[in-house]
Amino acid sequence: MTAPALAIEGLRKSFGKLEVLRGIDLALDEHEVVCLIGASGSGKSTLLRCVNLLEPIDEGRILLRGEDITAPGIDVNRVRRGIGIVFQAFNLFPHMSVLENVTLAPRKALGLSKEEAVARADELLARFGLSDKRDEYPDRLSGGQQQRVAIVRALAMQPGLLLLDEVTSALDPELVAEVLNVIRELAAEGMTMLIATHEMGFARDVAHRVCFLDEGVILEQGPPEAIFAAPQEPRTRQFLQRIVEAGRL
Amino acid sequence: MSTAVFVTVVALSVSNAPGWPDVKQAFFDREVFDDSFPAILEAFLVNVRIFLVAEVFILVLALGLAVLRSLPGPVFFPLRLLATVYADIFRGIPTILVIYILGFGVTALQLPGVPNSPLFWGTVALVVVYTAYVSEVYRAGIESVHPSQEAAARSLGLTRFQALRFVVLPQAVRRVIPPLLNDFIGLQKDTALVALLGVVEAFRQSQIEVAATFNYTPYLATALLFVLITVPLARFTDWLTARDRKRQQAGRLA
Repeated sequence: MTAPALAIEGLRKSFGKLEVLRGIDLALDEHEVVCLIGASGSGKSTLLRCVNLLEPIDEGRILLRGEDITAPGIDVNRVRRGIGIVFQAFNLFPHMSVLENVTLAPRKALGLSKEEAVARADELLARFGLSDKRDEYPDRLSGGQQQRVAIVRALAMQPGLLLLDEVTSALDPELVAEVLNVIRELAAEGMTMLIATHEMGFARDVAHRVCFLDEGVILEQGPPEAIFAAPQEPRTRQFLQRIVEAGRL
Repeated sequence: MSTAVFVTVVALSVSNAPGWPDVKQAFFDREVFDDSFPAILEAFLVNVRIFLVAEVFILVLALGLAVLRSLPGPVFFPLRLLATVYADIFRGIPTILVIYILGFGVTALQLPGVPNSPLFWGTVALVVVYTAYVSEVYRAGIESVHPSQEAAARSLGLTRFQALRFVVLPQAVRRVIPPLLNDFIGLQKDTALVALLGVVEAFRQSQIEVAATFNYTPYLATALLFVLITVPLARFTDWLTARDRKRQQAGRLA
């Protein structure tokens, strides 16, 4: 039996006195898409940042294809090269053109030549309909375009795992679809993804499994049909009820 | 049009004021100006040289100091402390005192292997003082770059140094160009302080001319030279800032 793409075991994380993650166990198979849902502050973003080693963890461990990436002395840069993350606020580099944003890490972190990096970037930009934006600066792009560039920037590293942190939350409603379509396409291609999202319709569509996070633990998980149609936990029902009332499901 | 009227009115009221002939004679004597200007201009090249040499060192050293101060974690505490103490001390001591200490004090030691000229030590003093100021400017720039930028860079697998070099510093430096220029202007003016060590630069030369003629026009001539060099510097920065803004908005590669 091969190791899962990602295994999180007993993960705990506090900020000062506030314990944000209180024992998370979660495993993702290769090509699996898992959506994390839950109220703001339930720990979704923190969990993703821990997986990408942007936050040091307090307890537990995280294994990437069997390798403990939270072990002391691990080369964090090497680990991060294999894990892409896309943020809610895009975080493109404003002083660089789209092309430079996408080629920076492949050139500097992977050591690709400029030609190789540009070829790789052009191919990805073309695939996601961004070729005509390659020489633009980020502030000239719409939010949806910026977020697609951020996804392309992560993909240019050819990661084996993609983390998406509420990637549509900062977008105007009419721009959400273009970003979600990109993610659907990646899911169809078999990209392993861990997605924190408020888009329940999208989660129902794209996820193989949905995890409901509540106060730092995974309270309930299962196939989307089960979670959305017949949630077992009262807290899950309550959360989904509020989402329905807000007209988001 | 309004500007022309305003200037004319001011010019007329000044030149018609009682006492203007005396002022004109003491400060705006054409003959004294023509006699003293060539020598002052030549001496002014010393100021420009001090400025240019000092500026190169300041820009590099201050950046290094600012980077030291921005290093995170307890490991780098001694370096951060050192950089902080340096900045505090040399921003606290009057420039003129540093010039005296280095220009007279150190040269008096007759250290082997280092130049003993007042010009050298005067320039070093300016570098020492302005590095402290400019490092603060850089540091403000580094701190103004949102941490999410570094997080984005690190998340792509770039090292801390690469994130600093390619993502944080380029944004930081762009943002502090106007305040950096302010310090450039301050430095250009403070090159006159090196005169205190006996270096004959523009200010010193004008003192010599004033002493010879009992007329203050040479001071005005020197002032004019300083203004002539600092004003274009200011306009150049405005232009740089505007160009940068336009380039990012136009979305074109330069």
